[in-house]
Amino acid sequence: MPIARGLRGIGARVVNGVWRIGFGARFFMMTLFYSGMSFRRFRLTVRELFFTGVMSLIIILVAGLFVGIVLGMQGYETLKRYGSESALGTLVALSLVRELGPVLAALLFASRAGSAMTAEIGLMKATEQISAMEMMAVNPIARVVAPRFWAGVISMPLLAAMFSAMGVFGGYMVGVVMIGVDEGSFWSQMQSAVDFQHDILNGVIKSLVFGVAVTVISLFEGYDAPPTAEGVSGATTRTVVQSSLAILLLDVILTAFMFRGD
Amino acid sequence: MERTTLDLWVGMFVVAGFGALMVLAFKVGNLSTYNVSQSYQLQAYFDNIGGLKAQASVKSAGVLVGRVTDVKLDTTLYKARVTMNIDKRYQFPKDTFANILTSGLLGEQYIGLMPGGDEVMLKDGEEFKKTQSAVVLEDLIGKFLYGKAEDSK
Amino acid sequence: MLSEALVEIRDVNFAYDSRPILKGINMSFPKGRLIAIMGLSGCGKTTLLRHIGGVLKPTKGYVKVDGQVIHELDQDGLYRMRRKMGMLFQFGALFTDMTVFDNVAFQMREHTDLPEEIIRDLVMMKLHAVGLYGTQNLMPAELSGGMARRVALARTIALDPMLIMYDEPFAGLDPISLTVVGQLIRRLNDALGATSIVVTHDVQESLKIVDYIYFVSDGAIIAEGTADDIRASGEAFVHQFVYGEMDGPIPFHYPAGDFNLDLGVKDQRGAA
Repeated sequence: MPIARGLRGIGARVVNGVWRIGFGARFFMMTLFYSGMSFRRFRLTVRELFFTGVMSLIIILVAGLFVGIVLGMQGYETLKRYGSESALGTLVALSLVRELGPVLAALLFASRAGSAMTAEIGLMKATEQISAMEMMAVNPIARVVAPRFWAGVISMPLLAAMFSAMGVFGGYMVGVVMIGVDEGSFWSQMQSAVDFQHDILNGVIKSLVFGVAVTVISLFEGYDAPPTAEGVSGATTRTVVQSSLAILLLDVILTAFMFRGD
Repeated sequence: MERTTLDLWVGMFVVAGFGALMVLAFKVGNLSTYNVSQSYQLQAYFDNIGGLKAQASVKSAGVLVGRVTDVKLDTTLYKARVTMNIDKRYQFPKDTFANILTSGLLGEQYIGLMPGGDEVMLKDGEEFKKTQSAVVLEDLIGKFLYGKAEDSK
Repeated sequence: MLSEALVEIRDVNFAYDSRPILKGINMSFPKGRLIAIMGLSGCGKTTLLRHIGGVLKPTKGYVKVDGQVIHELDQDGLYRMRRKMGMLFQFGALFTDMTVFDNVAFQMREHTDLPEEIIRDLVMMKLHAVGLYGTQNLMPAELSGGMARRVALARTIALDPMLIMYDEPFAGLDPISLTVVGQLIRRLNDALGATSIVVTHDVQESLKIVDYIYFVSDGAIIAEGTADDIRASGEAFVHQFVYGEMDGPIPFHYPAGDFNLDLGVKDQRGAA
């Protein structure tokens, strides 16, 4: 019976999915539980900060600049129709600080650092490095996973802030330097519209949440990957897809909570 | 334990990240213009606040002097009670006028303060006695059309 | 065999889901000996090692190491036990993001508070013992297969374990490296006074060095004895295995029915 087989296939996938969610949740809890070493031996975390944070710098800065330039040009086109070019700074800054900074930086982070983390841990598993560590009485969650988790959580808000700052600079270059919007009104309108608590702090909270989501997904996919070459490459792809979806879904939820229009 | 070039890079990364946050806070945002610890609260009742929201600015002679912190309906008076934080550096006389104004035709609404001539200054927790509600565009258009009709008689 | 056994395996049964892998294994590993577990790929040898290391739990029976039942230990007890064990993985499993030095020093740094100068001296000693003094600043990717295996060996003996396990230590090595690794396993066992278990299917190399051999097939022990016993064994499977014969109890053909039927040279009744 093809229908019965199809149903059984769907059922198996659902059960497997729920199983993975449970395992993932336990993995997250274990990571938090064994985080002591990441801070007692902060050097481990610093090393991972280099690989997640510093190595993502270039792509984040360049992407931020480009996004800011595009926002400046498109924003000017639209605002000009209503004669409010002076609100360009507000438009660029608010879109970056509230949405584009955290979201785009997290998407780039997922494909740059997240996939690298998955591949690295998957490979460590495939070459039995994780098993070897366990046999040497060293907890791989504490030694390998937790420092990467904290490095990701620390670097994500910093990267998002750099993305936004670069974007504002890009918008300034286009709006003020090239098109010639009045510099004073560009900055003053921006400053009176962007609220530290409501906009910037909420943006930082968003990027923190994204950082947790992306690193947990990346690390879990690596840890759960079948220990073969195909297993690792499949897990790397899944990391990027799932992280991106998680970022956008979380963004909807967080935006609904933070900016309800009151 | 010795310092390595890796530490230098990570250090630069962290400094640059916090630098970017500072730029966002002070250059892009308004952290430089409002300081919660050095402000006092004032209140005002309005018949109609239009589109005024929390975080809207409070200006006097065009200078930002504070922010609206809370907007509520007072159910005894059936008026909107607006609470605002005003910078400690600025004091206003008892008979100051609080108006709800609009920046530009379609811009955001804010509170404009027009100081009177009283010797006594408003203190923390007190309220503006004289207020003027927001201009509602529909009413304005209605009045204009009514006025036109009157004229043509 | 001798009564003072470091590792005792009693009636161990193990199954993945409901597929039995180990069926009532009894083994005993006396102190100071070098013992091999041989068999075909997939016969349950590595599974057995994982039981000794406490990675897997038997469905029936027990594994006793140094007087303690492994699967009854809690996480801390198990980790304490593992500090006294060393395991060499199939392809070495060196940490690819660390230098040779850091690999060998790994356990010393994780488990001891030794000052860095002493760790340095110890690492150099271990590297010298496997003949690789001078490679300390290389990355694992820069080593040949045989050298990587020897570095892994140095890392395995870093904390002078009482029990050393080798999972296919000869896999994928050239003949020279094979002899070097084989001789190192023997010499380190005697020098450290440790007990060693070698899981392998490389008959010729291991028969040269080990004291005793267990033959495992399909989850059960089918033969045991010294190297000479095994060479002289009358068991058909052991004979085929030791001398590497093409056909025997393990057939050349996959059990798939008669190929002649498929070709149509023969009809159903068997007439050609």
